[in-house]
Amino acid sequence: MEELNALFGGFAVALSAYHVLLMVIGITLGVIIGVLPGLGGANGVAILLPLTFTMSPTSAIILLTSIYWGALFGGAITSILFNIPGEPWSVATTFDGHPMAQKGKADEALVGAFTSSFVGAIFAVCLITFLAPVVAKFALRFGPAEFFAVQFLTFASFIGMGRGSAWKTVASMCLGFALASVGLDNVTGTLRMTFGQDELLNGFKFLVAVIGLFGIGEILSSMEDGLKFNGAAAKLRMDAVIRTWKQLPKMTMTFLRSCIVGCWMGITPGGATPASFMGYGIAKRLSKRGDNFGKGELEGVVAPETAAHAAGTAALLPMLTLGIPGSPTAAVLLGGLLIWGLQPGPLLFVEQKDFVWGLIASMYLGNVVGLIMVLTCVPLFAAILRVPFSIIAPAIVFVCAIGAYTVNNAMFDVWMMLVFGVLGYLFNKLRYPLPPLVLALVLGDQAESSFRQAMLVSQGHVGVFWSNWLCGGIMTLGLVMAFWPAFQALRAKLAGNGAVARPA
Amino acid sequence: MSSNEEAEGRPLASYRTLDIAVAIFFLIVCAIVMTDSLRLGISWKPNEGPMPGLFPFYIVVAMGIASIINLAKALPHTEDGGETAVTSVGLGRMAAIFVPAVIFVLATNFIGIYVSAAIYIGSFMVFFGKFPVWKAAVISLAIAIVNFMMFEVWFLVPLPKGPLEAALGY
Repeated sequence: MEELNALFGGFAVALSAYHVLLMVIGITLGVIIGVLPGLGGANGVAILLPLTFTMSPTSAIILLTSIYWGALFGGAITSILFNIPGEPWSVATTFDGHPMAQKGKADEALVGAFTSSFVGAIFAVCLITFLAPVVAKFALRFGPAEFFAVQFLTFASFIGMGRGSAWKTVASMCLGFALASVGLDNVTGTLRMTFGQDELLNGFKFLVAVIGLFGIGEILSSMEDGLKFNGAAAKLRMDAVIRTWKQLPKMTMTFLRSCIVGCWMGITPGGATPASFMGYGIAKRLSKRGDNFGKGELEGVVAPETAAHAAGTAALLPMLTLGIPGSPTAAVLLGGLLIWGLQPGPLLFVEQKDFVWGLIASMYLGNVVGLIMVLTCVPLFAAILRVPFSIIAPAIVFVCAIGAYTVNNAMFDVWMMLVFGVLGYLFNKLRYPLPPLVLALVLGDQAESSFRQAMLVSQGHVGVFWSNWLCGGIMTLGLVMAFWPAFQALRAKLAGNGAVARPA
Repeated sequence: MSSNEEAEGRPLASYRTLDIAVAIFFLIVCAIVMTDSLRLGISWKPNEGPMPGLFPFYIVVAMGIASIINLAKALPHTEDGGETAVTSVGLGRMAAIFVPAVIFVLATNFIGIYVSAAIYIGSFMVFFGKFPVWKAAVISLAIAIVNFMMFEVWFLVPLPKGPLEAALGY
């Protein structure tokens, strides 16, 4: 009951005219960011972060999370209409969304996508509402060993649940840690890896890395493909909404499965992209209409979209309660919290009640506002793609440069952004995953200092991580995750040529 | 995707080459970090805990092992690895945005970010997008001015400015 009271208090904060206006602005910007290839949720939020420095933290986070919702919605538009996923998590939406559009059912696909996004997000927000305070209360008792265990699990999950090469995941993650260790050492105050360069004193800023890796990297990939937009304009009649909604109740089970998969993938940092693929794969296997998947089946749009949004939203749960973001965008939001002087983690729920509940209430409202906006404005947003790429590409580079500069008011960061851009392009091409790198860069300092504190307490015995059931359980789970690909490889070898079934 | 059916240019690098290059890049980073970690000390100091180099050292050891395996996986000639990753046309298009971007960042130091961005966007539109000069000028100026208003005037975020802004009193 306490939670509900606090939530209503939050609604009172979030429902002011100013905050609703911020939501509308944020969602509009977010959808634009989601529609444009080259600008994604994570770097969109990173670029716009400096604009919020003068706002109050609550207003700022409402604006930024609304951008996030908008980006999640926006990715679906281009996937369905143009077969170009605006965001990585909407790749799975193209499988059935674009065939539907080709059959002239673009409007149904869009309504289906938006509605299921909404359902997924609301499911995850409900989960956050009731679970977050419990987790936070629990986490108040965490010591350095427990925190390191949770962080270890976070990173191990990337290895265990990642698609593609586990070794590339490890390499990319360790690069993040290595970059994070550059600069002043938090514990002893020694300078590390600076080699006498003053610019490196503060280390690598992860916002710069995000803008470069995702923004510039994406632009390079798009340029290489010689991206030209050609797609049909969507005519969205309002009766399509009713028509689509009538079909949705039959898919209750798909919704539910995707919601659960999404929430799980969001909390353990699998992220929205694998969640959408898993949601699609599970629905394809379990649905009665599974055979029609890939040919333009509404359920094939619903399943990945629900899972992606549930994951995208659930990623905020560990960020708020433990200070460990579940996705790159959540990591950027976490960076924002730190800049506004708020320390994410369990204490946030005690010390900044208004802020937390205002944020959670704004998640409900932001998604409602978002659903209404995207349902009514699809043709407008689709028109963005008629702007020639030769205007958009340099404009994005310009905006990225602004974003990188404002992080620290240093030109050095803009140069670093370009370097990270090349790196991002190469990593994308060679399937080195980027989220582990970004999260390691964000959490590196914290993980290292909790590790060192825990080691100090125990005087150097690794056994401290197994000193109580909680910590030991998390560490063991983490080890299982870390060695999961090795288990699977072993099992595949033992089974001879039998291929190991992996969730698609 | 796009209706890009014309010749995609000469192949420049295969996935194998790129994979090897990136793995070597990782190993170089690994060597750099290791050198400095060893300088900082990677041992255990009684009552002080691990020395500052310990954590980065073991991190890059893991990275080194992973990179050596990645390298070993990339080395044999395979069908997938032999596929073309970059073509001359693709590289040309990337250079078309990236090289001017480098010049744009360099120019920012002297003439401020707004003026150099206007020139960057405008010239990209003319040379790459084949826009008429007046259209490019209008659009690029508009983008620069909108950003100027947004950052300098409304949100009070200072960005690098040059002589032009100084002449206007900013």
